[in-house]
Amino acid sequence: MKEIVRAAIAILLVSAILLYAVNALEKSSATTDGGTISVYNWGEYIDPELIDQFEAETNISVIYETFDSNESMMTKIEQGGTTYDVAMPSEYAIEKMKENDLLHPIDHELIPNLENIDPYFLDLPFDPGNEYSIPYFWGTVGIAFNPTLLEGQTFESWDDLWNPTLEQEVILVDSAREVIGMGLNSLGYSLNSTDLGELREATDKLKTMGPNVKAIIGDEIVEMMRREEAAVAVTWSGQAADMMWINEDIDYVVPKEGSNLWFDNMIIPKTAGNVEGAHAFINFMLDPEVAAQNADYVGYSTPNEQAVALMDPEVTGDERFYPPEELRERLEVYENLGLEMLGTYNELFLEFKMDMEN
Amino acid sequence: MKDNPSRPFYLVPYYLWIALFVIAPITLIFYFSFLDLTGAFTLENYQNFFSSVYLRMTLSSFWYAFLITLITILIAYPTAYWLTKTKHKQLWLLLIIIPSWINLLLKAYAFIGIFGLYGPANKLLQTLGAGPWQILFTDFSFIFVSVYIFIPFMVLPIFNSLDKINPALIDASRDLGASSFTTFRRVIFPLAINGVKSGVQAVFIPALSLFVITRLIAGNKVITLGTAIEQQFLVTQNWGMGSTIAMFLILFMIIIMMLTGQKEKGGSYNGKTK
Amino acid sequence: MAKLSKPAKIYLALVFAILYAPIFYLIFYSFNSGGTMSSFEGFTLEHYAAVFNDTRLLIILMNTVIVALLSSLISTAIGVLGAIGIVFLRNRKTRNAVLSLNTILIVSPDVIIGASFLILFTMIGVKLGFASVLISHIAFSIPIVVIMVLPKLQEMSHSLIDAATDLGASKRDILTRVIIPYIKPGIFAGFFLALTYSLDDFAVTFFVTGNGFSTLSIEIYSMARAGITLTINALSALIFAVTLGLVLGYYFFTQRAGQSPGTGGAKV
Repeated sequence: MKEIVRAAIAILLVSAILLYAVNALEKSSATTDGGTISVYNWGEYIDPELIDQFEAETNISVIYETFDSNESMMTKIEQGGTTYDVAMPSEYAIEKMKENDLLHPIDHELIPNLENIDPYFLDLPFDPGNEYSIPYFWGTVGIAFNPTLLEGQTFESWDDLWNPTLEQEVILVDSAREVIGMGLNSLGYSLNSTDLGELREATDKLKTMGPNVKAIIGDEIVEMMRREEAAVAVTWSGQAADMMWINEDIDYVVPKEGSNLWFDNMIIPKTAGNVEGAHAFINFMLDPEVAAQNADYVGYSTPNEQAVALMDPEVTGDERFYPPEELRERLEVYENLGLEMLGTYNELFLEFKMDMEN
Repeated sequence: MKDNPSRPFYLVPYYLWIALFVIAPITLIFYFSFLDLTGAFTLENYQNFFSSVYLRMTLSSFWYAFLITLITILIAYPTAYWLTKTKHKQLWLLLIIIPSWINLLLKAYAFIGIFGLYGPANKLLQTLGAGPWQILFTDFSFIFVSVYIFIPFMVLPIFNSLDKINPALIDASRDLGASSFTTFRRVIFPLAINGVKSGVQAVFIPALSLFVITRLIAGNKVITLGTAIEQQFLVTQNWGMGSTIAMFLILFMIIIMMLTGQKEKGGSYNGKTK
Repeated sequence: MAKLSKPAKIYLALVFAILYAPIFYLIFYSFNSGGTMSSFEGFTLEHYAAVFNDTRLLIILMNTVIVALLSSLISTAIGVLGAIGIVFLRNRKTRNAVLSLNTILIVSPDVIIGASFLILFTMIGVKLGFASVLISHIAFSIPIVVIMVLPKLQEMSHSLIDAATDLGASKRDILTRVIIPYIKPGIFAGFFLALTYSLDDFAVTFFVTGNGFSTLSIEIYSMARAGITLTINALSALIFAVTLGLVLGYYFFTQRAGQSPGTGGAKV
């Protein structure tokens, strides 16, 4: 018994010391007199140096936190109990958050840097007039492949993924809309199809791809492709850029039937505690030099025209990642199909995964 | 609980915990399981569960959980048994637990590297004249890593019950002429069964609801009930369906508890071992 | 005590080798100047330097340890008392009912626990952050402790307690002098498993934490999108070295001091 009591006291002591240390560290790192803002973003989706720069310039200290999916981020904001000031959801999530009245309108007066954004990325259907959101990054969905592992096989069409020579070589991204969308696209249907017949047809077609599929995974795709564990991956453009960063053999194509064009945007949740600070942060991120540095760090495409002008033309001239407007025409933006349809997509995706077992 | 007139005060926090963090959440889940996407009452979720996709998933989930539990017992039992005979047994036991303090996702990433086409596992195979094989994203790698995760949770309770066994009993059995195998079967095994049961409880149902591993190690080619629940809650945001699957998981658990509970009564209801 | 046979030694060595393989793999690459966990390019200590320069990461690490230690301690206390209570419940049906309720949390998927706790906390109005995370960790660790302690309690002979009662021991004495020393190994086992669950938990913490409070596993999970940096490898290597050092140090210290070791020897 004595021993247990002693152990308990030791644990309490250690905890107390640590608590004290945390408080001391937090105090020393906070240089607040301009208040605090909480930024809620995807992991590794910002250059951390920029946060320091923002803090130095504005005297606002930043609490930076990360989420791993639009849905979990929305759950956190919707349930309350949090006071995030800025978050970076994707376009369909913004539509949903708007519907659920989770967003604070953005005052364009406070964001003079908005003029730096390419008008193409403004006033999009998911948020007319950019009342609630400001573009952050954008990209496409396509096929990343490593020609050195493939005997001369090239990819122009989604159908090329069904080629029997690719047995156990294809990695798919673990996301229902991307994979079912690929099936839909390959049949010439819309990515936003709500026609159950079309969806069934797409799923059945996907099932025939089973033998070629090596795995359906998330962000690990980048590592798998870098290490040449697989030759082909269906993924987002930014991930493909990440792969190429390390493994120069890899190439990326957006298939000719069409694909998805997506946008991640900065928003201010309704529950925000420091709306003014949030505006300052958004405006800061739109500064051409800041946006250029951020795009270099993150690897996705920036919608900031002025930033593009500052960046390495070899990067921004690459049509695979900065497709010119006429190429963008065959791409579709996801619409918010509603929870029920999303459920259907996910159920079909589950069916597809189940079908691959063994 | 009313039948215990001398219910001591020290049970208060425990019962409070049960009320707040077990009964309340279950009630919530039960309630949600009857809601559709718009929040209206429905039985559709339950109907949906009996559709072929979910039934197949339940079956395969059970099969994998069974295999994982079985293999974990087969590996953990001898480990625990021999550990009790080492000199610094408490230290060795701790050393079994320490690996589980390193974050699971990190270990999963390490396994991705180890099992990769160019990883150490395949290098070893190649020096032995086999391979390279596709190890990652197979049933084998899934079961291997799952067993890896659960070993400490099985070793610990088995070790605890084996360690309690009075050496005099074993000596007596030996003196009576029993072979070591008979001693094991007749004396050690029955005494350790409670530990195995705790171990099974700590492994089987969690194995039904594994979800990170299914993606990272099995490449989503294995789908467990846990994966489905996670998806319903976080991706589809259909909390109703997620809750329904969870209700079934709880039901399976109660069944398993009843199965392991019955055998237990004879031995230890009176708090006495045979 | 009988010495281990050779096959037994080989078997144990193999088990330990496998248990530690991924950890050594992580540590090995923490020295990689290449920046990824695939090809080893050259030796560097830069990732270790990065750990100490990252105040935010250090705060997160300390938060993680505080939550793990406190939640394990409190849940062990509640769980041990609960387990004793369960064993002494006379009615078999109630006992089984309580046991089933106990086990439900262990077997519920983290996502459900997290989501339902989140609803619960927002309903009651608990502010999300340190307190809500600590409470949740205590909540999901309690059943583990109970499960770990129960077998010991069930093996404990009632005659021991009867004897103590006959000798005039008070209820309190029986608890502190007879029962608790007897089940000590179970208590430590429960504590260490609670620690394990707390350190590893992602899903529950993710739901119940608010802004300004984060733990290591949340940090690692959200990093996954762009690949985990080797800083995390270095950090894990440090954590591993420190825990191993503490455990070994404590063990041999208590051994030499002539006490039974920290995990609680089987002998009382």
